[in-house]
Amino acid sequence: MAFDLIATSIKLALFLGIFLGAIAPIMVWTERRFAAYIQDRPGPNRLGPLGLFQPLADVVKFFFKEDVTPAAADKLLYLMAPVLAVLPALTTFVFIPFGPTVEVGDRLVPLVVSNASAGVLLFLALASLGVYSLVLAGYASNNKYSLMGGIRASAQLISYELAMTLAVVAVLLPVGAFRLTEVVAYQQGFLWNVVPQFLGFFVFFIAMFAETNRLPFDLPEAESELIAGFHTEYSAMRFAAFFMSEYIAMTTLSALCATLYFGGWDLFGFTEWAAAGMAGLFLPLWFWLGAFGMAVLITKTMFFMLVFVWVRWTFPRFRYDQLMALGWKVLLPLSLINVVFVAAMTLAGIY
Amino acid sequence: MIETAIFLLFALLAVASALVVVLHRNPVYSTLSLVVTLISLAVLFVLLGAPFIAALQILIYTGAIVVLFLFVVMLLNIGREEISQQRGLVQKALAGIGALIFLGIVASSLWGLYGTTQVGPLTEDFVSLQALATLLFGEYLLTFELVGLLLLVAVIAATVLAGRLSKASQVSVPEEGLPGPAGGPGPTYTEHPDQVTPPEGVR
Repeated sequence: MAFDLIATSIKLALFLGIFLGAIAPIMVWTERRFAAYIQDRPGPNRLGPLGLFQPLADVVKFFFKEDVTPAAADKLLYLMAPVLAVLPALTTFVFIPFGPTVEVGDRLVPLVVSNASAGVLLFLALASLGVYSLVLAGYASNNKYSLMGGIRASAQLISYELAMTLAVVAVLLPVGAFRLTEVVAYQQGFLWNVVPQFLGFFVFFIAMFAETNRLPFDLPEAESELIAGFHTEYSAMRFAAFFMSEYIAMTTLSALCATLYFGGWDLFGFTEWAAAGMAGLFLPLWFWLGAFGMAVLITKTMFFMLVFVWVRWTFPRFRYDQLMALGWKVLLPLSLINVVFVAAMTLAGIY
Repeated sequence: MIETAIFLLFALLAVASALVVVLHRNPVYSTLSLVVTLISLAVLFVLLGAPFIAALQILIYTGAIVVLFLFVVMLLNIGREEISQQRGLVQKALAGIGALIFLGIVASSLWGLYGTTQVGPLTEDFVSLQALATLLFGEYLLTFELVGLLLLVAVIAATVLAGRLSKASQVSVPEEGLPGPAGGPGPTYTEHPDQVTPPEGVR
Protein backbone atom coordinates (compact mmCIF):
# COMPACT_ATOMS: atom_id res chain seq x y z
CA MET A 1 0.00 0.00 0.00
CA ALA A 2 2.66 2.49 1.06
CA PHE A 3 4.93 1.30 -1.75
CA ASP A 4 2.19 1.79 -4.33
CA LEU A 5 1.43 5.23 -2.99
CA ILE A 6 5.06 6.30 -3.20
CA ALA A 7 5.51 4.79 -6.67
CA THR A 8 2.38 6.53 -7.96
CA SER A 9 3.43 9.83 -6.45
CA ILE A 10 6.86 9.60 -8.08
CA LYS A 11 5.36 8.74 -11.46
CA LEU A 12 2.85 11.57 -11.14
CA ALA A 13 5.54 14.10 -10.21
CA LEU A 14 7.73 12.88 -13.06
CA PHE A 15 4.96 13.21 -15.61
CA LEU A 16 3.82 16.60 -14.31
CA GLY A 17 7.40 17.84 -14.26
CA ILE A 18 8.70 16.54 -17.56
CA PHE A 19 5.63 16.27 -19.74
CA LEU A 20 3.66 19.29 -18.67
CA GLY A 21 6.19 21.48 -16.89
CA ALA A 22 8.77 21.32 -19.67
CA ILE A 23 7.14 20.13 -22.90
CA ALA A 24 4.22 22.55 -22.89
CA PRO A 25 6.38 25.72 -22.46
CA ILE A 26 8.88 24.43 -25.01
CA MET A 27 5.92 23.92 -27.31
CA VAL A 28 4.88 27.56 -26.91
CA TRP A 29 8.39 28.54 -27.91
CA THR A 30 8.43 26.06 -30.80
CA GLU A 31 5.13 27.37 -32.08
CA ARG A 32 6.44 30.92 -32.24
CA ARG A 33 9.82 30.04 -33.72
CA PHE A 34 8.41 27.58 -36.24
CA ALA A 35 5.67 30.02 -37.23
CA ALA A 36 8.35 32.65 -37.73
CA TYR A 37 10.38 30.20 -39.81
CA ILE A 38 7.38 29.48 -42.04
CA GLN A 39 6.78 33.21 -42.47
CA ASP A 40 10.49 33.89 -43.10
CA ARG A 41 11.20 36.03 -40.02
CA PRO A 42 13.39 35.35 -36.96
CA GLY A 43 10.72 35.14 -34.20
CA PRO A 44 11.55 35.57 -30.49
CA ASN A 45 15.31 34.87 -30.34
CA ARG A 46 16.61 37.32 -27.71
CA LEU A 47 16.07 35.73 -24.30
CA GLY A 48 18.44 32.86 -23.54
CA PRO A 49 19.93 30.49 -26.12
CA LEU A 50 17.76 30.56 -29.27
CA GLY A 51 15.18 32.53 -27.30
CA LEU A 52 14.35 29.46 -25.22
CA PHE A 53 13.57 31.49 -22.07
CA GLN A 54 10.83 33.44 -23.84
CA PRO A 55 8.00 31.36 -22.24
CA LEU A 56 9.36 32.25 -18.78
CA ALA A 57 9.26 35.93 -19.65
CA ASP A 58 5.72 35.48 -20.98
CA VAL A 59 4.58 33.91 -17.72
CA VAL A 60 6.10 36.75 -15.71
CA LYS A 61 4.36 39.21 -18.00
CA PHE A 62 1.02 37.47 -17.48
CA PHE A 63 1.45 37.60 -13.71
CA PHE A 64 1.97 41.35 -13.68
CA LYS A 65 -0.79 42.30 -16.08
CA GLU A 66 -4.00 43.83 -14.80
CA ASP A 67 -6.74 41.28 -14.22
CA VAL A 68 -10.00 42.74 -15.49
CA THR A 69 -13.45 41.37 -14.74
CA PRO A 70 -16.24 42.91 -16.81
CA ALA A 71 -18.85 44.70 -14.70
CA ALA A 72 -21.75 42.82 -16.31
CA ALA A 73 -20.08 39.41 -16.08
CA ASP A 74 -21.50 36.51 -14.10
CA LYS A 75 -18.74 36.70 -11.46
CA LEU A 76 -18.82 33.14 -10.12
CA LEU A 77 -18.87 31.42 -13.51
CA TYR A 78 -16.37 33.93 -14.90
CA LEU A 79 -13.87 32.92 -12.21
CA MET A 80 -14.68 29.21 -12.52
CA ALA A 81 -14.19 28.84 -16.28
CA PRO A 82 -10.34 29.08 -16.41
CA VAL A 83 -10.05 26.62 -13.52
CA LEU A 84 -12.29 24.18 -15.37
CA ALA A 85 -10.07 24.58 -18.43
CA VAL A 86 -6.93 23.52 -16.57
CA LEU A 87 -8.52 20.62 -14.67
CA PRO A 88 -9.11 18.11 -17.51
CA ALA A 89 -5.87 19.15 -19.19
CA LEU A 90 -3.90 18.27 -16.05
CA THR A 91 -5.66 14.97 -15.31
CA THR A 92 -5.95 13.14 -18.64
CA PHE A 93 -2.24 12.38 -19.07
CA VAL A 94 -2.23 9.93 -16.14
CA PHE A 95 -3.54 7.14 -18.38
CA ILE A 96 -0.67 7.29 -20.89
CA PRO A 97 2.02 4.65 -20.32
CA PHE A 98 5.68 5.65 -20.70
CA GLY A 99 7.32 2.24 -20.31
CA PRO A 100 6.73 -1.47 -19.81
CA THR A 101 5.85 -3.11 -16.51
CA VAL A 102 9.16 -3.18 -14.64
CA GLU A 103 10.51 -5.04 -11.63
CA VAL A 104 11.57 -2.81 -8.76
CA GLY A 105 13.06 -5.06 -6.12
CA ASP A 106 10.56 -7.91 -6.09
CA ARG A 107 7.52 -5.87 -7.07
CA LEU A 108 5.97 -5.29 -10.47
CA VAL A 109 5.37 -1.64 -11.29
CA PRO A 110 3.59 -0.65 -14.51
CA LEU A 111 5.13 2.54 -15.85
CA VAL A 112 1.85 4.41 -16.09
CA VAL A 113 0.41 6.66 -13.42
CA SER A 114 -3.05 5.09 -13.42
CA ASN A 115 -3.57 1.60 -14.84
CA ALA A 116 -7.34 1.64 -14.24
CA SER A 117 -9.25 -1.04 -16.11
CA ALA A 118 -11.44 1.58 -17.82
CA GLY A 119 -8.22 3.26 -19.04
CA VAL A 120 -8.73 5.11 -22.28
CA LEU A 121 -12.46 5.52 -21.58
CA LEU A 122 -11.61 7.56 -18.50
CA PHE A 123 -9.20 9.58 -20.63
CA LEU A 124 -11.98 10.42 -23.08
CA ALA A 125 -14.44 11.07 -20.25
CA LEU A 126 -12.14 13.56 -18.53
CA ALA A 127 -11.20 15.19 -21.83
CA SER A 128 -14.87 15.66 -22.67
CA LEU A 129 -15.28 17.83 -19.57
CA GLY A 130 -13.04 20.47 -21.16
CA VAL A 131 -15.94 21.83 -23.21
CA TYR A 132 -17.57 23.30 -20.09
CA SER A 133 -14.78 25.81 -19.59
CA LEU A 134 -15.25 27.22 -23.10
CA VAL A 135 -19.04 27.32 -22.87
CA LEU A 136 -19.04 28.90 -19.42
CA ALA A 137 -16.35 31.43 -20.33
CA GLY A 138 -18.49 32.45 -23.29
CA TYR A 139 -21.66 32.69 -21.24
CA ALA A 140 -20.20 34.37 -18.16
CA SER A 141 -18.37 37.11 -20.07
CA ASN A 142 -21.74 38.62 -21.06
CA ASN A 143 -20.43 39.61 -24.46
CA LYS A 144 -22.00 38.58 -27.73
CA TYR A 145 -18.72 37.53 -29.31
CA SER A 146 -17.86 35.39 -26.29
CA LEU A 147 -21.31 33.82 -26.30
CA MET A 148 -21.02 32.97 -29.98
CA GLY A 149 -17.64 31.39 -29.31
CA GLY A 150 -19.03 29.37 -26.41
CA ILE A 151 -22.01 28.11 -28.42
CA ARG A 152 -19.76 27.19 -31.33
CA ALA A 153 -17.38 25.37 -28.98
CA SER A 154 -20.15 23.23 -27.48
CA ALA A 155 -21.47 22.11 -30.88
CA GLN A 156 -18.03 21.56 -32.38
CA LEU A 157 -16.52 19.58 -29.52
CA ILE A 158 -19.52 17.24 -29.23
CA SER A 159 -19.58 16.59 -32.97
CA TYR A 160 -15.92 15.67 -33.25
CA GLU A 161 -15.85 13.75 -29.97
CA LEU A 162 -18.16 11.17 -31.56
CA ALA A 163 -15.88 10.49 -34.51
CA MET A 164 -12.83 10.44 -32.24
CA THR A 165 -14.37 8.01 -29.76
CA LEU A 166 -15.41 5.66 -32.57
CA ALA A 167 -11.86 5.72 -33.95
CA VAL A 168 -10.57 4.79 -30.48
CA VAL A 169 -13.16 1.98 -30.23
CA ALA A 170 -11.74 0.46 -33.41
CA VAL A 171 -8.26 0.46 -31.84
CA LEU A 172 -9.58 -1.32 -28.76
CA LEU A 173 -11.45 -4.03 -30.68
CA PRO A 174 -8.50 -6.32 -31.52
CA VAL A 175 -6.80 -5.53 -28.20
CA GLY A 176 -9.80 -6.58 -26.13
CA ALA A 177 -9.03 -4.23 -23.23
CA PHE A 178 -9.30 -0.56 -22.33
CA ARG A 179 -5.84 -0.25 -20.80
CA LEU A 180 -3.39 1.74 -22.92
CA THR A 181 -0.57 -0.48 -21.64
CA GLU A 182 -2.25 -3.40 -23.39
CA VAL A 183 -2.74 -1.34 -26.55
CA VAL A 184 1.02 -0.80 -26.65
CA ALA A 185 1.68 -4.48 -25.92
CA TYR A 186 -0.64 -5.45 -28.77
CA GLN A 187 1.23 -3.23 -31.21
CA GLN A 188 4.55 -4.72 -30.08
CA GLY A 189 3.27 -8.15 -31.06
CA PHE A 190 1.70 -7.08 -34.35
CA LEU A 191 2.18 -3.81 -36.20
CA TRP A 192 1.85 -0.16 -35.38
CA ASN A 193 -1.87 0.50 -35.57
CA VAL A 194 -1.37 3.24 -38.13
CA VAL A 195 -0.80 0.58 -40.80
CA PRO A 196 -3.80 -1.74 -40.30
CA GLN A 197 -6.11 1.08 -39.19
CA PHE A 198 -5.07 3.98 -41.35
CA LEU A 199 -8.67 5.15 -41.79
CA GLY A 200 -9.12 5.29 -38.02
CA PHE A 201 -5.89 7.23 -37.64
CA PHE A 202 -7.02 9.68 -40.31
CA VAL A 203 -10.29 10.37 -38.47
CA PHE A 204 -8.57 10.58 -35.09
CA PHE A 205 -5.93 12.92 -36.46
CA ILE A 206 -8.49 15.38 -37.85
CA ALA A 207 -10.69 15.17 -34.75
CA MET A 208 -7.59 15.95 -32.67
CA PHE A 209 -7.37 19.41 -34.25
CA ALA A 210 -11.07 20.07 -33.68
CA GLU A 211 -10.93 18.92 -30.05
CA THR A 212 -8.07 21.28 -29.23
CA ASN A 213 -9.60 24.23 -31.13
CA ARG A 214 -6.59 24.52 -33.38
CA LEU A 215 -6.61 25.86 -36.89
CA PRO A 216 -8.26 24.97 -39.26
CA PHE A 217 -10.95 24.31 -36.62
CA ASP A 218 -10.46 27.27 -34.28
CA LEU A 219 -14.03 28.48 -34.81
CA PRO A 220 -14.64 29.18 -31.09
CA GLU A 221 -11.84 31.77 -31.17
CA ALA A 222 -11.81 32.87 -34.83
CA GLU A 223 -10.07 36.19 -34.31
CA SER A 224 -11.21 37.65 -37.63
CA GLU A 225 -14.91 37.19 -36.88
CA LEU A 226 -15.27 36.88 -33.09
CA ILE A 227 -12.29 38.96 -31.84
CA ALA A 228 -11.04 36.13 -29.61
CA GLY A 229 -14.26 34.19 -29.11
CA PHE A 230 -14.83 32.71 -25.69
CA HIS A 231 -11.78 34.32 -24.06
CA THR A 232 -12.28 37.84 -25.43
CA GLU A 233 -12.83 39.33 -21.97
CA TYR A 234 -10.09 37.43 -20.17
CA SER A 235 -6.76 38.95 -19.31
CA ALA A 236 -3.62 38.26 -17.27
CA MET A 237 -3.34 34.80 -15.64
CA ARG A 238 -6.94 33.86 -16.41
CA PHE A 239 -6.18 34.18 -20.10
CA ALA A 240 -2.92 32.30 -19.54
CA ALA A 241 -4.93 29.45 -17.97
CA PHE A 242 -6.87 29.02 -21.22
CA PHE A 243 -3.70 29.38 -23.26
CA MET A 244 -1.72 26.84 -21.24
CA SER A 245 -4.57 24.34 -21.06
CA GLU A 246 -4.81 24.42 -24.86
CA TYR A 247 -1.11 23.56 -25.12
CA ILE A 248 -1.33 20.88 -22.44
CA ALA A 249 -4.36 19.37 -24.20
CA MET A 250 -2.34 19.35 -27.42
CA THR A 251 0.48 17.58 -25.61
CA THR A 252 -1.70 14.88 -24.06
CA LEU A 253 -3.68 14.30 -27.25
CA SER A 254 -0.43 14.01 -29.24
CA ALA A 255 0.82 11.50 -26.69
CA LEU A 256 -2.48 9.59 -26.94
CA CYS A 257 -2.20 9.56 -30.73
CA ALA A 258 1.38 8.27 -30.49
CA THR A 259 0.24 5.59 -28.04
CA LEU A 260 -2.81 4.46 -29.98
CA TYR A 261 -1.34 4.45 -33.48
CA PHE A 262 2.45 4.70 -33.28
CA GLY A 263 3.48 2.17 -30.67
CA GLY A 264 3.64 4.51 -27.66
CA TRP A 265 6.89 4.21 -25.73
CA ASP A 266 8.08 1.35 -27.95
CA LEU A 267 10.27 1.88 -31.01
CA PHE A 268 10.66 -1.55 -32.63
CA GLY A 269 12.32 -2.85 -29.47
CA PHE A 270 14.76 0.07 -29.22
CA THR A 271 13.59 0.93 -25.71
CA GLU A 272 14.33 -2.52 -24.28
CA TRP A 273 17.55 -2.86 -26.26
CA ALA A 274 18.94 0.47 -25.13
CA ALA A 275 17.83 -0.10 -21.54
CA ALA A 276 19.45 -3.57 -21.49
CA GLY A 277 22.65 -1.97 -22.76
CA MET A 278 22.64 0.67 -20.08
CA ALA A 279 21.44 -1.62 -17.26
CA GLY A 280 23.72 -1.64 -14.25
CA LEU A 281 25.40 1.53 -15.44
CA PHE A 282 24.94 3.78 -12.39
CA LEU A 283 21.26 2.85 -12.16
CA PRO A 284 19.16 -0.36 -12.35
CA LEU A 285 17.28 -1.65 -15.40
CA TRP A 286 13.86 -0.29 -14.41
CA PHE A 287 15.20 3.24 -14.38
CA TRP A 288 16.64 2.96 -17.88
CA LEU A 289 13.47 1.33 -19.22
CA GLY A 290 11.48 4.27 -17.89
CA ALA A 291 13.99 6.83 -19.14
CA PHE A 292 14.22 5.46 -22.67
CA GLY A 293 10.46 4.82 -22.82
CA MET A 294 9.87 8.41 -21.80
CA ALA A 295 12.38 9.68 -24.34
CA VAL A 296 10.76 7.72 -27.20
CA LEU A 297 7.27 8.85 -26.17
CA ILE A 298 8.36 12.49 -25.94
CA THR A 299 10.00 12.30 -29.37
CA LYS A 300 6.80 10.99 -30.94
CA THR A 301 4.71 13.53 -29.05
CA MET A 302 6.93 16.39 -30.19
CA PHE A 303 6.55 15.21 -33.77
CA PHE A 304 2.76 15.54 -33.59
CA MET A 305 3.06 18.91 -31.90
CA LEU A 306 5.19 20.11 -34.80
CA VAL A 307 2.49 18.88 -37.17
CA PHE A 308 -0.03 20.94 -35.18
CA VAL A 309 2.01 24.09 -35.82
CA TRP A 310 2.72 23.17 -39.42
CA VAL A 311 -0.99 22.68 -40.16
CA ARG A 312 -1.86 25.89 -38.36
CA TRP A 313 0.25 27.99 -40.70
CA THR A 314 -0.76 26.05 -43.81
CA PHE A 315 -4.56 25.83 -43.87
CA PRO A 316 -7.20 28.57 -43.68
CA ARG A 317 -10.09 28.34 -41.22
CA PHE A 318 -13.22 26.34 -42.08
CA ARG A 319 -16.60 28.00 -42.37
CA TYR A 320 -18.96 26.96 -39.60
CA ASP A 321 -21.37 24.94 -41.75
CA GLN A 322 -18.44 23.25 -43.50
CA LEU A 323 -17.08 22.27 -40.09
CA MET A 324 -20.37 20.66 -39.09
CA ALA A 325 -20.75 18.94 -42.46
CA LEU A 326 -17.24 17.53 -42.26
CA GLY A 327 -17.79 16.22 -38.74
CA TRP A 328 -21.18 14.59 -39.29
CA LYS A 329 -21.21 13.67 -42.95
CA VAL A 330 -17.59 12.67 -43.58
CA LEU A 331 -15.73 11.78 -40.40
CA LEU A 332 -18.56 9.97 -38.59
CA PRO A 333 -19.39 7.62 -41.52
CA LEU A 334 -15.67 7.03 -42.11
CA SER A 335 -15.11 6.05 -38.49
CA LEU A 336 -18.18 3.78 -38.60
CA ILE A 337 -16.81 2.05 -41.70
CA ASN A 338 -13.50 1.69 -39.90
CA VAL A 339 -15.16 0.09 -36.86
CA VAL A 340 -17.02 -2.43 -39.02
CA PHE A 341 -13.88 -3.21 -41.03
CA VAL A 342 -11.69 -3.71 -37.96
CA ALA A 343 -14.40 -5.77 -36.25
CA ALA A 344 -14.61 -8.05 -39.30
CA MET A 345 -10.83 -8.42 -39.46
CA THR A 346 -10.70 -9.18 -35.74
CA LEU A 347 -13.39 -11.83 -36.10
CA ALA A 348 -11.52 -13.33 -39.02
CA GLY A 349 -8.45 -13.51 -36.83
CA ILE A 350 -6.30 -11.38 -39.12
CA TYR A 351 -5.81 -8.46 -36.69
CA MET B 1 -12.78 4.09 6.49
CA ILE B 2 -11.57 6.35 3.69
CA GLU B 3 -14.14 4.80 1.35
CA THR B 4 -16.96 5.59 3.78
CA ALA B 5 -15.79 9.19 4.00
CA ILE B 6 -15.63 9.49 0.20
CA PHE B 7 -19.04 7.88 -0.11
CA LEU B 8 -20.60 10.26 2.40
CA LEU B 9 -18.98 13.29 0.79
CA PHE B 10 -20.16 12.48 -2.72
CA ALA B 11 -23.57 11.17 -1.65
CA LEU B 12 -24.23 14.47 0.14
CA LEU B 13 -22.85 16.39 -2.84
CA ALA B 14 -25.13 14.47 -5.21
CA VAL B 15 -28.23 15.19 -3.13
CA ALA B 16 -27.33 18.84 -2.55
CA SER B 17 -26.57 19.55 -6.20
CA ALA B 18 -29.72 17.71 -7.27
CA LEU B 19 -31.69 20.06 -5.04
CA VAL B 20 -29.93 23.04 -6.63
CA VAL B 21 -30.93 21.71 -10.08
CA VAL B 22 -34.58 21.92 -9.09
CA LEU B 23 -34.51 25.04 -6.93
CA HIS B 24 -32.11 27.46 -8.63
CA ARG B 25 -33.74 30.20 -10.68
CA ASN B 26 -31.01 30.57 -13.29
CA PRO B 27 -31.23 27.69 -15.78
CA VAL B 28 -27.49 27.81 -16.49
CA TYR B 29 -26.71 27.20 -12.82
CA SER B 30 -29.30 24.41 -12.75
CA THR B 31 -27.62 22.71 -15.68
CA LEU B 32 -24.20 23.06 -14.05
CA SER B 33 -25.52 21.54 -10.82
CA LEU B 34 -26.74 18.62 -12.90
CA VAL B 35 -23.13 18.15 -14.00
CA VAL B 36 -22.03 18.02 -10.36
CA THR B 37 -24.78 15.49 -9.59
CA LEU B 38 -23.72 13.24 -12.46
CA ILE B 39 -20.04 13.38 -11.54
CA SER B 40 -20.84 12.56 -7.90
CA LEU B 41 -22.90 9.59 -9.07
CA ALA B 42 -19.95 8.48 -11.22
CA VAL B 43 -17.73 8.52 -8.13
CA LEU B 44 -20.31 6.39 -6.32
CA PHE B 45 -20.23 3.94 -9.23
CA VAL B 46 -16.45 3.68 -8.87
CA LEU B 47 -16.88 2.96 -5.16
CA LEU B 48 -19.34 0.20 -6.08
CA GLY B 49 -16.66 -1.44 -8.24
CA ALA B 50 -18.03 -0.37 -11.61
CA PRO B 51 -15.42 1.94 -13.16
CA PHE B 52 -16.77 1.19 -16.63
CA ILE B 53 -20.23 2.50 -15.78
CA ALA B 54 -18.63 5.54 -14.16
CA ALA B 55 -16.59 6.30 -17.27
CA LEU B 56 -19.65 5.93 -19.48
CA GLN B 57 -21.66 8.13 -17.16
CA ILE B 58 -19.17 10.98 -17.48
CA LEU B 59 -18.43 10.40 -21.16
CA ILE B 60 -22.04 10.29 -22.34
CA TYR B 61 -24.12 12.23 -19.86
CA THR B 62 -21.71 14.83 -18.52
CA GLY B 63 -19.61 15.15 -21.64
CA ALA B 64 -22.31 15.21 -24.28
CA ILE B 65 -25.94 15.32 -23.19
CA VAL B 66 -25.71 18.00 -20.53
CA VAL B 67 -23.53 20.05 -22.88
CA LEU B 68 -26.45 19.95 -25.30
CA PHE B 69 -28.76 21.11 -22.49
CA LEU B 70 -26.41 24.00 -21.85
CA PHE B 71 -26.25 24.70 -25.58
CA VAL B 72 -30.04 24.97 -25.80
CA VAL B 73 -30.34 27.05 -22.63
CA MET B 74 -27.75 29.49 -23.90
CA LEU B 75 -29.20 29.58 -27.42
CA LEU B 76 -32.69 30.38 -26.14
CA ASN B 77 -31.18 32.74 -23.59
CA ILE B 78 -33.85 32.12 -20.95
CA GLY B 79 -33.89 34.81 -18.30
CA ARG B 80 -33.47 34.17 -14.63
CA GLU B 81 -37.07 34.64 -13.54
CA GLU B 82 -39.00 33.55 -16.60
CA ILE B 83 -39.31 29.93 -15.62
CA SER B 84 -40.16 30.33 -11.97
CA GLN B 85 -43.04 32.72 -12.68
CA GLN B 86 -44.76 30.23 -14.94
CA ARG B 87 -45.26 27.63 -12.25
CA GLY B 88 -48.89 27.49 -11.18
CA LEU B 89 -50.50 25.74 -8.24
CA VAL B 90 -51.77 22.87 -10.39
CA GLN B 91 -48.31 22.28 -11.75
CA LYS B 92 -46.84 22.18 -8.26
CA ALA B 93 -49.49 19.73 -7.11
CA LEU B 94 -48.91 17.47 -10.10
CA ALA B 95 -45.15 17.59 -9.55
CA GLY B 96 -45.66 16.66 -5.91
CA ILE B 97 -47.85 13.68 -6.83
CA GLY B 98 -45.30 12.56 -9.42
CA ALA B 99 -42.50 12.75 -6.87
CA LEU B 100 -44.52 10.74 -4.36
CA ILE B 101 -45.25 8.02 -6.91
CA PHE B 102 -41.57 7.84 -7.84
CA LEU B 103 -40.53 7.62 -4.19
CA GLY B 104 -43.12 4.89 -3.69
CA ILE B 105 -41.72 2.84 -6.57
CA VAL B 106 -38.17 3.19 -5.27
CA ALA B 107 -39.20 2.34 -1.71
CA SER B 108 -41.22 -0.69 -2.74
CA SER B 109 -38.43 -2.08 -4.92
CA LEU B 110 -35.95 -1.54 -2.08
CA TRP B 111 -38.38 -3.23 0.30
CA GLY B 112 -38.65 -6.18 -2.06
CA LEU B 113 -34.89 -6.49 -2.20
CA TYR B 114 -34.47 -6.18 1.55
CA GLY B 115 -33.13 -9.40 3.06
CA THR B 116 -33.03 -11.26 -0.25
CA THR B 117 -29.81 -9.92 -1.78
CA GLN B 118 -26.52 -11.30 -0.70
CA VAL B 119 -24.42 -8.77 1.08
CA GLY B 120 -20.69 -9.21 0.81
CA PRO B 121 -17.48 -7.35 0.11
CA LEU B 122 -17.26 -6.04 -3.42
CA THR B 123 -14.45 -7.28 -5.61
CA GLU B 124 -12.36 -4.80 -7.54
CA ASP B 125 -14.30 -5.24 -10.76
CA PHE B 126 -17.73 -6.08 -9.40
CA VAL B 127 -19.35 -5.31 -12.73
CA SER B 128 -16.79 -6.72 -15.11
CA LEU B 129 -16.88 -5.55 -18.68
CA GLN B 130 -16.94 -9.07 -20.11
CA ALA B 131 -19.91 -10.08 -17.98
CA LEU B 132 -21.76 -6.92 -18.95
CA ALA B 133 -21.05 -7.42 -22.65
CA THR B 134 -22.09 -11.09 -22.53
CA LEU B 135 -25.40 -10.11 -20.93
CA LEU B 136 -26.04 -7.21 -23.31
CA PHE B 137 -25.20 -9.05 -26.51
CA GLY B 138 -26.34 -12.49 -25.41
CA GLU B 139 -29.31 -12.77 -23.12
CA TYR B 140 -30.68 -9.27 -23.66
CA LEU B 141 -29.74 -8.87 -27.32
CA LEU B 142 -33.32 -8.31 -28.48
CA THR B 143 -34.02 -5.69 -25.81
CA PHE B 144 -30.74 -3.98 -26.62
CA GLU B 145 -31.51 -3.79 -30.33
CA LEU B 146 -35.07 -2.60 -29.67
CA VAL B 147 -33.80 0.24 -27.49
CA GLY B 148 -31.41 1.21 -30.28
CA LEU B 149 -34.30 1.16 -32.75
CA LEU B 150 -36.36 3.32 -30.41
CA LEU B 151 -33.60 5.92 -30.26
CA LEU B 152 -33.32 5.90 -34.05
CA VAL B 153 -37.07 6.44 -34.38
CA ALA B 154 -36.88 9.31 -31.90
CA VAL B 155 -34.08 10.96 -33.89
CA ILE B 156 -35.96 10.63 -37.17
CA ALA B 157 -39.16 11.93 -35.58
CA ALA B 158 -37.34 14.95 -34.18
CA THR B 159 -35.80 15.68 -37.57
CA VAL B 160 -39.16 15.45 -39.34
CA LEU B 161 -40.91 17.61 -36.75
CA ALA B 162 -38.19 20.25 -36.81
CA GLY B 163 -38.27 20.34 -40.60
CA ARG B 164 -42.07 20.69 -40.70
CA LEU B 165 -42.09 23.40 -38.03
CA SER B 166 -39.46 25.53 -39.67
CA LYS B 167 -41.23 25.17 -43.04
CA ALA B 168 -44.61 26.09 -41.55
CA SER B 169 -43.61 29.21 -39.67
CA GLN B 170 -40.84 30.34 -42.03
CA VAL B 171 -38.77 31.36 -39.02
CA SER B 172 -35.20 31.96 -40.04
CA VAL B 173 -33.01 29.34 -38.44
CA PRO B 174 -30.28 30.91 -36.28
CA GLU B 175 -26.83 30.75 -37.81
CA GLU B 176 -25.72 28.18 -35.27
CA GLY B 177 -28.17 25.40 -36.10
CA LEU B 178 -28.25 22.42 -33.76
CA PRO B 179 -25.38 20.08 -34.57
CA GLY B 180 -26.06 17.08 -36.62
CA PRO B 181 -29.02 15.26 -38.03
CA ALA B 182 -31.18 15.68 -34.91
CA GLY B 183 -31.13 19.44 -35.26
CA GLY B 184 -32.96 19.63 -38.55
CA PRO B 185 -31.75 21.75 -41.42
CA GLY B 186 -28.40 23.35 -40.86
CA PRO B 187 -27.60 26.96 -41.57
CA THR B 188 -28.47 28.11 -45.03
CA TYR B 189 -26.05 30.33 -46.84
CA THR B 190 -26.72 32.42 -49.88
CA GLU B 191 -24.20 33.10 -52.58
CA HIS B 192 -23.43 36.49 -51.07
CA PRO B 193 -22.37 36.32 -47.43
CA ASP B 194 -23.64 39.88 -46.91
CA GLN B 195 -27.23 38.75 -47.25
CA VAL B 196 -27.11 36.25 -44.41
CA THR B 197 -29.57 37.31 -41.72
CA PRO B 198 -27.86 38.07 -38.41
CA PRO B 199 -28.32 35.41 -35.73
CA GLU B 200 -31.12 36.03 -33.29
CA GLY B 201 -31.33 35.31 -29.59
CA VAL B 202 -27.76 36.42 -28.97
CA ARG B 203 -27.09 39.33 -26.69
